[in-house]
Amino acid sequence: MSLLELHGITRTVRLPDDSRLDILRGVDLSVGAGEHISIVGRSGTGKSTLLNILGLLDAPTDGEYLLDGTPIGRLGNRRRARRRGDDFGFVFQQFNLLPGRTALENVIAPLLYARGRTFWRRHSIATSMLARVGLGDRLESKPEQLSGGEQQRVAIARALVRTPRVILADEPTGALDVDTGAEIMTMLDEIASDTGAVLIAITHDLAVAARASRHYRLGEGVLTPITIAPRTAGTLAELGDPLTATDVVDPEAAPVLADAEASA
Amino acid sequence: MTGFVGALVEAWGELRIHRLRVLLSLIGVAVAVAAMTGVTALGDITRQAQSELMEAQSGRPATFRVDAWSETGTLDATATTTAFRDFVTRYEIEQASLVTYASMPVRMPTGTWEVQVQAVDPPYGAMHRIAPVHGSWFTAADADRFAPALVVNEAFLRELGVPDLTGRPTALIGRDEPVRATIIGVTADLWEGAVPEAFILSSAFERWIPPSPEFFAPPALEVWVPPEDADVAEQFLNRDLTAALGSSAQVQIYRQDAFGIEAFDQVFQLVVTGIGLLVLMLGALSLVNISLVTVRQRIREIGIRRSFGASSGRIFFSIMMESLVATVLAGAIGVAIAVVAVRNAPIEALIGWGSIQDVPPFPISAAVTGLVAATVIGALAGLLPALVAVRVKPIDAIRY
Repeated sequence: MSLLELHGITRTVRLPDDSRLDILRGVDLSVGAGEHISIVGRSGTGKSTLLNILGLLDAPTDGEYLLDGTPIGRLGNRRRARRRGDDFGFVFQQFNLLPGRTALENVIAPLLYARGRTFWRRHSIATSMLARVGLGDRLESKPEQLSGGEQQRVAIARALVRTPRVILADEPTGALDVDTGAEIMTMLDEIASDTGAVLIAITHDLAVAARASRHYRLGEGVLTPITIAPRTAGTLAELGDPLTATDVVDPEAAPVLADAEASA
Repeated sequence: MTGFVGALVEAWGELRIHRLRVLLSLIGVAVAVAAMTGVTALGDITRQAQSELMEAQSGRPATFRVDAWSETGTLDATATTTAFRDFVTRYEIEQASLVTYASMPVRMPTGTWEVQVQAVDPPYGAMHRIAPVHGSWFTAADADRFAPALVVNEAFLRELGVPDLTGRPTALIGRDEPVRATIIGVTADLWEGAVPEAFILSSAFERWIPPSPEFFAPPALEVWVPPEDADVAEQFLNRDLTAALGSSAQVQIYRQDAFGIEAFDQVFQLVVTGIGLLVLMLGALSLVNISLVTVRQRIREIGIRRSFGASSGRIFFSIMMESLVATVLAGAIGVAIAVVAVRNAPIEALIGWGSIQDVPPFPISAAVTGLVAATVIGALAGLLPALVAVRVKPIDAIRY
């Protein structure tokens, strides 16, 4: 059984002039345990909205979302919040560390919503998580004292400290240079693989997207499977014009984008 | 359980991070709580001072005064005195005193003065809260002295030309057969320009300064009984003394202490408490103001916490707790300031009614009122920003 299933998910917002804007149009997605998925698309195509719906931060206008077979739409706010804390870890583009708090306090923050032993052992759990991302010697550093890469490591430690079943990464390397971004993605991949967590990353960066086992493209609110060959660099321009959903239902039929340098 | 502790830890963390803001916003609350608590405590002390003053004049609850006289002629003073003493002995009343107002000649350096004198028994001192500023009040042993003992006021001592009691001063008193009396205690003058006055024990008065029988009115009797026994005491005094003094005597018994009179002006207390509340409201307004502004600044942070699994209830609770923890702390500090201020302020000078014998302990009720006020303010000040925080959608908050 799939861990996550989306069936015909739509998300519509009403604009100030009373017109409707369809952000997501009938998105279907099925993700099994331990899979690494990447979703690419230009800005404003609804990637973050999809990620927020997946992470229970937003609710779809229509369609069905099953998490572990449970229809999420039927859960109350409180239970949704609890499942969000228990099952999901978020990594944001801008790191979103809590200002003024040390690295350790940032990683402890999600554990304040845990229960039982995890709650009471929050200090030791957070400390070992920071050691795991290579920041064992920066526990007391505040965000402003850390480099971008280090901040994103703290954010990763924070996202993973409750050993979530799904890691949702929204442009995780967007604010980092290429090398640091690659390093961070390697770490994220490794930790996700170690814990058997699903990793869903949305990105502009084809090199980051190519690391995943399955690739999707979101264009004009429609999610289509594509295949991206491993690469060290690449831009969305390579994907050409937005595709319609009917063009690529079959991943085999989707355009294969090879690494320019590799093919050269 | 972990949810509650978690919220507390979170609130404490927030306070720690924003300590400067918290400190600034809470100064008003602390000052207001200090003012309110201090005023309540001051009210208690003032009430005590005023009631002590009233007790010094008219006795402590419940004090009865018995006067006896005859409408047909002169009442036998000796018989009356005996009847009074018998009554006190019969019912084993520890706090009772005969009281006679008279005057006696005293040889002062400037000449012989007719000094107002009150002849009393030793319990009179406790009954009227007489606390000598020098020396001591009479004890039962003073009745056995060869020479009479006197407790005089400061004016008496001044007129005698004696600075204090270190030289064991004496005064020559009496009419036909003067006797040298020892001054054993000095009471404070009740007002500026007081004239010399003195207390003497009833037994010494009868022995050394017997007034001419035709002018001698019988003494009055004062008894101090527990307030709950007041009714019985009054009944017994009436029955026994009327019987003992016979039908020719008129016996009047009345309760002398400030029974039923409110010692402290409630309106004053209301006004001051009202001002305290107003200050507290102003403190709360500034707290709400700052909280609202900071909640807007913290919307992204709230969104991040939502991504950790914080429910809207938990966010609401956290913001409320933050406000509550902060104001309760400020309240405790305010109460502490009030305690220190009230304990160290020259209260007696402030009130200007002389010294207080039984300084009341810092009233727990005032401290509790202060803390409760702080908690209520914290809850009210936390409510608005907490509602704002809950209304924010997590998705918008993270992008804020």
